[in-house]
Amino acid sequence: MIIADKNTKAVGLVRAALDKAKEYEDYHCFISMNEARALDRAREIDERIAKGEKVGRLAGVPYAIKDNYLSPEGVTTAASRMLDNFPSPITATAVAKLEAEGAIMIGRANLDSYAHGSSTENSYFGPTLNARDKERVAGGSSGGSAAAVALGIVPFALGSDTGGSIRQPASYNGVWGMKPTYGTVSRYGVVAMASSLDTMGCIANNAEDVDLIMSIIAGKDPKDSTTLDDFWTRELEDAKPKKKTIGIIKDFLKDGVDPEVSKTVLSYANKMKKAGYEVEEISMPIMKYGLAIYYIIQPAEVASNLSRYDGIRYGHRAAEITDLDSIYGKTRDEGFMPENKRRIMVGNFVLSSGFFDAYYLKAQKARTLLINAYNEAFEKYDALLCAVAPAPAFKLGEKTDDPLQMYMEDMMSVLANLAGLPAVAIPAGESESGLPIGVQLIGPRKSDQVLLNIAKNVEENA
Amino acid sequence: MSKSDYKMTIGIECHVQLNTKTKLFSAVDNDAVDKEPNSCVSPIDYALPGMLPVLNKAAIEKCVRAGLAMNCKINLVSRFDRKHYYYPDLPKGYQISQMYQPIIGAGEVHLPDGSSVKIDHAHLEEDAAKLTHFGNYSLVDLNRVGTPLLEIVTDLPGMSSAAQARLYCEELHRLMIYAGVTNGDLYQGNMRFDVNVSVSKTDKLGTRTETKNLNSFRSVERMIEYESARQISVLEKGGEIIQETRGWNDATGKTTAQRNKENAQDYRYMPEPDVPPVVLEQSYVDKVEANMPMMPDEYRSKFGVLNLDNSEREAILNYPILAKRLNEVLDKGGVQLAPRVAHWFSGVLLAEENLDKDFTLATANELTELSEMVEKKELSSTGAKAILMEMYDRKNTQKTPHQLAKEMNLLQENDEDALGVIIDEVLTAPECAKAAEDVRNGEMKAIGFLVGQVMKKSKGKANPATVNELIKKKLS
Repeated sequence: MIIADKNTKAVGLVRAALDKAKEYEDYHCFISMNEARALDRAREIDERIAKGEKVGRLAGVPYAIKDNYLSPEGVTTAASRMLDNFPSPITATAVAKLEAEGAIMIGRANLDSYAHGSSTENSYFGPTLNARDKERVAGGSSGGSAAAVALGIVPFALGSDTGGSIRQPASYNGVWGMKPTYGTVSRYGVVAMASSLDTMGCIANNAEDVDLIMSIIAGKDPKDSTTLDDFWTRELEDAKPKKKTIGIIKDFLKDGVDPEVSKTVLSYANKMKKAGYEVEEISMPIMKYGLAIYYIIQPAEVASNLSRYDGIRYGHRAAEITDLDSIYGKTRDEGFMPENKRRIMVGNFVLSSGFFDAYYLKAQKARTLLINAYNEAFEKYDALLCAVAPAPAFKLGEKTDDPLQMYMEDMMSVLANLAGLPAVAIPAGESESGLPIGVQLIGPRKSDQVLLNIAKNVEENA
Repeated sequence: MSKSDYKMTIGIECHVQLNTKTKLFSAVDNDAVDKEPNSCVSPIDYALPGMLPVLNKAAIEKCVRAGLAMNCKINLVSRFDRKHYYYPDLPKGYQISQMYQPIIGAGEVHLPDGSSVKIDHAHLEEDAAKLTHFGNYSLVDLNRVGTPLLEIVTDLPGMSSAAQARLYCEELHRLMIYAGVTNGDLYQGNMRFDVNVSVSKTDKLGTRTETKNLNSFRSVERMIEYESARQISVLEKGGEIIQETRGWNDATGKTTAQRNKENAQDYRYMPEPDVPPVVLEQSYVDKVEANMPMMPDEYRSKFGVLNLDNSEREAILNYPILAKRLNEVLDKGGVQLAPRVAHWFSGVLLAEENLDKDFTLATANELTELSEMVEKKELSSTGAKAILMEMYDRKNTQKTPHQLAKEMNLLQENDEDALGVIIDEVLTAPECAKAAEDVRNGEMKAIGFLVGQVMKKSKGKANPATVNELIKKKLS
């Protein structure tokens, strides 16, 4: 990552990023650009550097935010019609922290509407294309962020991960994605998806960059009561694993997983062995229930969190309204995408009286069992290894008509969210046709830096 | 069948607005009285995207105080849940409440008539916006959104008469005021009552109706009287009571059906993921308890020695400052001096029509001194009342009762020599000769005229009893 200094002008870095964004416009990484303000900020930073003032650890570094982070520049849309006219008065804590270190937001990256989806095809503004193959999806929901980093437009981008939304697009585009421990980064100022699962993280090109960005945005925030005390405090070199043992989740090596993907997982395991790690297979049968648990808890929280979009105070309001019911009904019908509505319906169903115990409560109990299974595994292993997604990037439109097929994308990624665990997506290889394949390391709570340390170590020593 | 064959069962849910400085989940002003509509609203109350609730710890302390005031168990772990419904009074589309693990557990409220009412629990939640409806549109004022509300729910057997229900509401109001958790202004909606009523001829409970949002003790009582009579009349005609929500019309004195079980809301409760559980230490609860003021019940038992009428005692208890002061006077001046002060409070102060509710009451020392002056006959009871009205509010004067008595020329003449001189003058005055003669002849009726003349001459400072005695002595 190039940081501005006396010789490297921030204006140059930002201008180059904006030019590249234009060059790759057809990939549709961005919903809106922040050009004028980004250049102003860059000039300001150059002036401060010239005066010898302190400018922060990310001086002049251009970056993108997923367009569900609030920031007063421009309009925060969450890729929805509901918010296509919503100028936020608020700055998300993560954005404020990056800006304070001199980073410069150049644009708002595309996503599935309200982060509901695994391909960015649910965006109200149209899909983002895969950085390696324009006929394929960029993944999602942070597809714009991942493609923008993979195309070299920006060295890093912010994303959000509720069930794999940072890791899966990172994996599809061949870049790194960090989903931190739940509570590591403040959720303040990010359009909520499913509150008990939402985590804020980043997409970047290597372990060091990820570590630097995360160390800046992590930490306790009085505005988010679920944030943890800042634990992202070590040098990456010092965050060494204690046991040097890794478990491969055996249950995710065949059923429903593309052989090319399994092969990549096993070859990464071999690299780990070469780097001095003890690697063995572990059976975790409960992991197969992760998706079922996730698609009860997540829609329930989604339905609840989307209740506020009612056309009364801000955002879209249907033109022809006659009474209160039509304000709600028509506004929400027009403002939400089909996938948003599907989750609202499922969520309200599992929360409704008579079904709550059978679905939501049972899912919560199963979630506890899942957490217990992880805790047990971590007594033996520093981290668990599995693929991020069951196959490389699929073709545009391939799964849009089959929501369940689309949900299967998340079968391995939702687990870390359900358990609140950190997981890092690492580019690990390519399919025969040249599509990137990523693996993920999942560790105990607050072992985020250890996971990055392991991944960096493997890359350097294998 | 007559009305008396039916047993009535009443349950009450009372919403108490807590008087914290800021709202339950946002750091804006919680006191919206006289404020512009929508001026006390944070992005959190407005439910902007990405906003998260941050629990106000002061509300937790108020809850603990309220719970202790009701002799309730304080739950050391409590949690918040979301209660969903769509209405413009609810910006988030859900209300943050406590469905499953409320902060206050079971307890019991003792009523002044010796009966008691069981409390099931009390939970903390946020208030909703205020809507004002016009012809074909409504206006929303979000100032009230997020005001902390404590919802106190009674348990069976509940109350059995409208009068007892009223007594419960009044006592609850007193308890909340004494505990310092609410401003208690019913007109401003600081306390609102939802009342469940059912009637039955057997031990099995009848079908209940719920009448929501009553905001005066009188309307609670009237509503229950009306609703129970309505239910009995329906049953007597062979009809059935429908479980429903009803509304109270204060003008007509009637309840009307609003919503029944079939179209009841499904609130789709869900644990609130944005607010961590509230975990209290027992030592914290103990500390709050140690700082609790005396409660009405304690005053009642202490004031037993004063032999006050129930109505007089309760009137005083309606003002915590009066109860506190009376108690101090009792400690200082004992049973001899305190009853007089009690009578002054109930008969003089509270009889005052334009009593400023925020008076700074005279100190216990001053009140004891005033009572003692009457006891020692230095002041007439009329004089004492005049001084009381002068000094009850320390905003008016800083003077002591003695200083005031002197200034107002109210000190009574008890000096027999000085009085003797005046009496002699009166008895020898020509216009009094006849009366004096009558008294000498045993017609004691005439003595009143003579005492009156002495009082007049002494400008009211003479103690009439003493004068009476002295005249009798002189004329015998």
